[in-house]
Amino acid sequence: MIPPLLQVEAVSKRFRGLQAIDGVSFEVANGEIVALIGPNGAGKTTLFNMIAGVFPPDQGRIALGGGDLVGLRPDQVCKAGVGRTFQLVKPFANLSVEDNVVVGALHAVTKVAPARRLAREVLDLVGLAEKRGRPARSLTLPDRKCLEVARALATRPRLLLLDEVMAGLRPAETDRMVGIFQRLNRDAGLTILLIEHVMRAVMALSHRVVVINTGKLVCTGTPAEVVRDPRVLECYLGEDTV
Amino acid sequence: MKQSLALLLLLAAFAAAPLVASPYLLSVLVVVLYYAYLGQAWNIMMGFAGQLSLGHTLYVGLGAYASAALFVRFGVPAAIGLWAGVLVAMLAGAAVGSLSFRFGLKGVYFALLTIAFAEFTRILFQHLPGLGGTGGLFLPVAERSGVHLLTLRGSPAMFYYVALAMTAGIFLLCRFLLASPIGYRWRALREDQEAAQALGINIFRSKLAAVTLSAGLTALGGVFFAFYYNALFPDQAFGMPRSIEIILGPIVGGLGTLFGPILGAIILTPLGETITWATEALGFKAAGIKQLFYGLSLLAIIKFLPDGVWPRLKRLLRWDADNDDGDGDEGAAR
Repeated sequence: MIPPLLQVEAVSKRFRGLQAIDGVSFEVANGEIVALIGPNGAGKTTLFNMIAGVFPPDQGRIALGGGDLVGLRPDQVCKAGVGRTFQLVKPFANLSVEDNVVVGALHAVTKVAPARRLAREVLDLVGLAEKRGRPARSLTLPDRKCLEVARALATRPRLLLLDEVMAGLRPAETDRMVGIFQRLNRDAGLTILLIEHVMRAVMALSHRVVVINTGKLVCTGTPAEVVRDPRVLECYLGEDTV
Repeated sequence: MKQSLALLLLLAAFAAAPLVASPYLLSVLVVVLYYAYLGQAWNIMMGFAGQLSLGHTLYVGLGAYASAALFVRFGVPAAIGLWAGVLVAMLAGAAVGSLSFRFGLKGVYFALLTIAFAEFTRILFQHLPGLGGTGGLFLPVAERSGVHLLTLRGSPAMFYYVALAMTAGIFLLCRFLLASPIGYRWRALREDQEAAQALGINIFRSKLAAVTLSAGLTALGGVFFAFYYNALFPDQAFGMPRSIEIILGPIVGGLGTLFGPILGAIILTPLGETITWATEALGFKAAGIKQLFYGLSLLAIIKFLPDGVWPRLKRLLRWDADNDDGDGDEGAAR
């Protein structure tokens, strides 16, 4: 049996008095698209940050392709093959759109010229090709979100972590973004773990959904299963409504 | 193309200057080149990698004192002594950098630490035996003519050309650095450290590289200073006012740009000299008038041209279009 690409095993994290994540386990198989959903404050971004190496879990194990990720710095996690975007976008504001992506591409290739070629390919893919010469600070929010994705993709990750890239996009833009990820998943076999509130994107994109609430795993299943699960409705709407 | 042509013209003008310039004007031009060089070296740290050093005289002083002491006490020629100066400064830079970055010191706190190190070292050199203390370290001058590059002894014109070669050299080096992977890493971490790290950049190592390289290059300026002025005092070599003078050029000219440090030095140094000269000619004894002028120009730049003179000038000359080949001269507008 092929081991899953990402393994999260009994991971816990406490911030002072708050148990942000409490014994969460789930897996992401190679080539799978998994959505991580839950109400505000459920601990989704905390979980992401632990996978990306921003801070380590108090307990538990996180592994990528069998290799331990716990204790690695964010740059080492990137080297291990994890690309990520930030919920609050972090463009290199004074660099051109293309140079932003070149920085990411320089992780995949060592020289600037091939990095630039790779950057242009990725920009074509996400639809930012015409804006590549503009400074990143001049982009609109949807374009900045695309730039986040392009930069992460340029590192040629095995696993892409997307932190609410659809938030604030118009439905048409969401559909375009969903199309991009579906193509990457189908053509390049890219594995994706995404945090998302936009259910339109979750339903269209994900093979499987992991639901967490108050730091605990609620359930996992296909999108269709999850939206009908009473436990999921309860954590979004409160117990009396069910 | 236009930029290269303008650069060649500027270089030609500087190269021809000794043919027509008076000894006084030549000495001012040496100072212009000296600050253009140091500004360029400082710009690697702040303009490229976003690490503010307010104690850059630390490296000037170490380079100056190391090479001068070797010359005065053991007769070691400058061409060899400079390596000692560069090495000592690089070690100091690595020490300051690794201490700060290991403990996550950023921004203003890092800047304060750079001041502290420069000040400690100034006080240390005031009391260090064998290097003259506050009384100064003096280099013997055997001849003021001819060209002796190995010992860095000779005519003012020789020193002028040495300064010109250094300034041209560091310009080319910075141009190369900006277009190379490390240049991209530096600018990425200048813009956003977290995002840079998430893209696989080892920020500790990249910052350390910037500090160490900048320190070594700055020390080379210190070696020039020692052998040109032939007198070293801890107050001057390591003094805070000199640190400020180093950083004014790049800020006025344009942080993070290649032309900024040069332009800043060309603007500030002659104006500062003129104001000193003019007030003296008018019969005032206004010590510190130059500093006052520097302060006012800094105020004016921050108020009216926060990106510096060069980015604005480039737009006025419509050289932006020249610049999409990724030479990274877009500046660190904040």
